[in-house]
Amino acid sequence: MSKMLTTDHGADKSVVDLLRFLLDTEKVSGVLTLRKTNTSGSLDYGLLTRSQELDRAVPLMPVMPANAAQSLSLITPTQKPIAVVVKPCELRGFVERIKREQGSLDNVLTLSPTCGGVIPLDTYIKKSKDNLTKDYYKQVKAGEIPESIRPTCKACEYFVPMTADITVSVVGEQNLDSKCRFILNSDKAVSMTEGFGSVENGDLDAKILDDHLKKREKEKKALFESIKFKQDGLDGMIDVFGKCIGCHGCSRVCPICYCLLCDFESRNFDQNVSLFEKELEQKGALRLPPDTLFFHLGRMSHMSFSCVGCGQCTDVCPADIPVASVFKKIGENTAALFDYVPGKDVNEDIPVLVFKEEEFKELGE
Amino acid sequence: MQEKDKKDWQPKILAILCNWCSYAGADLAGVSRIQYPPNIRVLRVPCSGRVDPMFIMKSLQNGFDGVLVSGCHPGDCHYLSGNYNARRKFAVLKPLLEYIGIETERVQFSWVSAGEGERFAEVVTKVTNDIRKVGPAKRLVKGVVSW
Repeated sequence: MSKMLTTDHGADKSVVDLLRFLLDTEKVSGVLTLRKTNTSGSLDYGLLTRSQELDRAVPLMPVMPANAAQSLSLITPTQKPIAVVVKPCELRGFVERIKREQGSLDNVLTLSPTCGGVIPLDTYIKKSKDNLTKDYYKQVKAGEIPESIRPTCKACEYFVPMTADITVSVVGEQNLDSKCRFILNSDKAVSMTEGFGSVENGDLDAKILDDHLKKREKEKKALFESIKFKQDGLDGMIDVFGKCIGCHGCSRVCPICYCLLCDFESRNFDQNVSLFEKELEQKGALRLPPDTLFFHLGRMSHMSFSCVGCGQCTDVCPADIPVASVFKKIGENTAALFDYVPGKDVNEDIPVLVFKEEEFKELGE
Repeated sequence: MQEKDKKDWQPKILAILCNWCSYAGADLAGVSRIQYPPNIRVLRVPCSGRVDPMFIMKSLQNGFDGVLVSGCHPGDCHYLSGNYNARRKFAVLKPLLEYIGIETERVQFSWVSAGEGERFAEVVTKVTNDIRKVGPAKRLVKGVVSW
């Protein structure tokens, strides 16, 4: 049985209170959380070191202005202890980055909610925020899948954080506005929160989460069905990725793509007329800019097994390509080759760095 | 393609060989004067683990009709485990290649040791014949390899 900490305030306030407690008692010297940028209502992640800065913090807001895994890479490893509030998929993304030596969990206390999903940035910016979040929380409290969230969020089975020190119970919490339950998953969590409130034995409500998981699984099936290419093979892919303008925004915001110089932006992919001879000879036509589909094929072979399905790439795509849905599907297939779940365990290596001697015997005689 | 050209067509195959086993195997085939089809061009890499999946995709794009990747036998890698890692990368690449319609014959993996000159010749003969059967590459191809 895990330890559980309960407060008599709403979830958002309780998390801010906890962060303020950690800062004031100098258990941490900084906190990373979502906050309101200014009065315009836009959001950003902020690393805050003074407790009055927390006045603008909205740690549980269901929006992802950037995948925090990238930000965490910038601020870790850290000598001074910090607390971070991130979504489960951001945490998984960060774990994948750590496996690639792009950060560290040392001195980091991780808080993560059971996630009801994230509202696409576009929707959040354009629509009335009050109604949007009101409807969102109404459905989350009831254990339903909110209408407004990202397609990949609806289909996400990993809404319970895998490696968080502290889990904030959100999904299916009827009394979210008046009560908040923190599940303390690690000894570090117990010692850090000492003095904040009374601790008892308790855990997440397995039945509620299980019911919710079933709904997500159903959505996932529907999503994968809906993105099924009209035809198999390259032609089907051209249907979907043909709209790509080659901005590489999807890899820029990807929590997994960490390369400072992407192969596709390097001299390796310099184009010149002589290269296209055969294509012109075959087809009599050449698509420009070239290699937009090739770029996606390359990403699939490089990082799909680590895809956490956060949906950030779909969010930023100017051509409305369902990048995340396709990568989630392909990623599950490639990860399944190695019985791998991205972001599950920080001590596990990425699949292409380890091997078993007795596997894939059919490859190479 | 004209009937006549088809007959004259020779596949262009890139053989990516690891320095310690397969490259030495190819060398042995050479000094032993074992005959094999002249359709491969050899790219020497320190280890099959060096082969990025994109090397293979890019070769197909640049006009090779096929790619053969060959390293030390599993367990015999000069760097102990490079070929096992290579095998995992190919495991990711292979379904992807199949999906986009690259015939399985076009991209092949094999293990050839430094002492297996004869086997190297056999592998090259087999790969060349396989690719000859499936014909010139059509998918992804942009360029023409200068031969």
